Amino acid sequence: MINSDVDKSRRRFLTAAATVVGGAGTVAGAVPFIATMTPSAKAKAIGAPIEVDISKLQPGEFVIEKWQGKPIWILRRTQEMLDDITAQADIVSDPVSDASAQPEYAKNEYRARENEFLVVIGLCTHLGCSPKFIEKGLDGSLSAEKGGFFCPCHGSRFDFAGRVFKDVPAPTNLVVPPYQFLSPSRLLIGDDSEVV
Amino acid sequence: MADIEKQVINGLTGLRDWVDARFPLVKSWNEHLAKYYAPKNFNFWYFFGSLALLVLVIQILTGIWLTMNYNPSAEGAFASVEFIMRDVPGGWFIRYMHSTGASAFFVVIFLHMFRTLLYGSYKKPRELLWLSGMAIYLVIMGEAFFGYLLPWGQMSYWGAQVIISLFGAIPFIGPDLAEWIRGDFVVSGVTLNRFFSLHVIAFPLLLLGLIAVHILALHEVGSNNPDGIEIKKNKGADGIPLDGIPFHPYYTVKDIFGVAVFFIFFFAVVFFAPEMGGYFLEHANFNPADPFKTPEHIAPVWYFTPYYAILRAIPSIAGSAFPGVVAMGLAVNIFLLLPWLDRSPVKSIRYRGSYYKIALTAFVISFIALGWLGMQGVTPLYTWLARFFSVVYFAFFLLMPFYTAMDNDKAVPDRVTD
Repeated sequence: MINSDVDKSRRRFLTAAATVVGGAGTVAGAVPFIATMTPSAKAKAIGAPIEVDISKLQPGEFVIEKWQGKPIWILRRTQEMLDDITAQADIVSDPVSDASAQPEYAKNEYRARENEFLVVIGLCTHLGCSPKFIEKGLDGSLSAEKGGFFCPCHGSRFDFAGRVFKDVPAPTNLVVPPYQFLSPSRLLIGDDSEVV
Repeated sequence: MADIEKQVINGLTGLRDWVDARFPLVKSWNEHLAKYYAPKNFNFWYFFGSLALLVLVIQILTGIWLTMNYNPSAEGAFASVEFIMRDVPGGWFIRYMHSTGASAFFVVIFLHMFRTLLYGSYKKPRELLWLSGMAIYLVIMGEAFFGYLLPWGQMSYWGAQVIISLFGAIPFIGPDLAEWIRGDFVVSGVTLNRFFSLHVIAFPLLLLGLIAVHILALHEVGSNNPDGIEIKKNKGADGIPLDGIPFHPYYTVKDIFGVAVFFIFFFAVVFFAPEMGGYFLEHANFNPADPFKTPEHIAPVWYFTPYYAILRAIPSIAGSAFPGVVAMGLAVNIFLLLPWLDRSPVKSIRYRGSYYKIALTAFVISFIALGWLGMQGVTPLYTWLARFFSVVYFAFFLLMPFYTAMDNDKAVPDRVTD
């Protein structure tokens, strides 16, 4: 073919059209590949609410339950622990949980529905390690007599309301999951619709 | 006798010619080996390119054999690794070669990269060579990270949890992105399965492609050398660089010697110290993964600790852990800018002035110090030390346009020295 016979604008149009259609096809084709990597129906089903019997929990006792594969901490706080939470308002970075994640009913000083019971997701808000329950002797709290939670990964510390102390890597308080009391001794974690 | 010999040689020559008419066999051999002219003054630092290839071969071979017995599931992974170690004949040997090979890969790559800093090998015209090498480095980091989850030990689990949470710190899309990477609300068997897929298929393929690009780029521009002089500027009447010698046999023999010495060290570790005191295989990883219990002391494997120290050194700002994540990402990727940060007219440290020598020394010290700090627990003193060395680390790069431009460089000779 002789070059002068080439209809260049026609060729440009066909190239552009093929590129656009091919590009759209590639994007559409990528969708299922990306979608298969999101949590499966099975993983979501495991996220169903769990019931916990707290009738045998003594004051000061700490238990770990599992919801959505995550550790859920339940701590029955003593009056002393509650007093410490009040006293530590100045040394935690978000005392009233303005910047933290929790249901509305847990957005208070003790971050709980019932002051006595702390229910939080036991994963550090920094990079997701699971902090340790330190009954007494948490470095950086009011005194060596006080306790809280200490994350071994990057040294973040939290008080008994799951509030993060100042000057540690964790940016916000521990996350409070949705929960409700089915009765004074039974807790439902993962659902707070109040309808049982 | 002589007749038979002649016939065999004729036969082989005929076969070669037959192939050559259909495939560029002799041409490729000449271009990349027999008539690829490399500078005659290579030294110790030039062993590590070929050694990196050797480690790659070790990793691929041992990896294929490990896959024959490994079970990529949350229920079976830990037990299948123990099965390989105890019940599979020679399984311990294959696995220790693979785990030692991972650390050896980083030793070799770090020294290979340090050579580049010594002799300015990233400078024009080798910018793309440097960028392709950096891409290889990033892929190897990913490969190491995916591989570390597979034994499904405590450190595997919590290491992956921390690194994936880094993505969760990205504003707005972070939490969804982290969930997408995990395929679950926490690190689980789903995550393990996809990491296995990426570790044994996706990233090795990517790595091989990038290495091909790296070597093609190298053979296009030619190797730099300890003097940083372009040997192509001085060619003889035959068009061959006066300071060049054919890669084969000169450097193939040199590299084979390097392989022998490397194997002495490599197998000394494989046979006598495969855990390397907890640096190559961390003690906490001898416990199966427990999603409820983070180990007392958690640290990444040694080759990630410099970056980990930088991550921990940055406090959260305005309620977000994102700044630390950004600093860590920058620390890895800032190497990409080296060819454009360096304003010095000379390449090799032999002809650089004192500023660069001081800066490079400070950088190496801070890299090693950060690596050590990344293995330690968190104390206020260590946090401040990590901040100090992070500043030195970044200053090496960010101040480079100034100190390399002001440096009192020496005159570079025309020909390479011995």
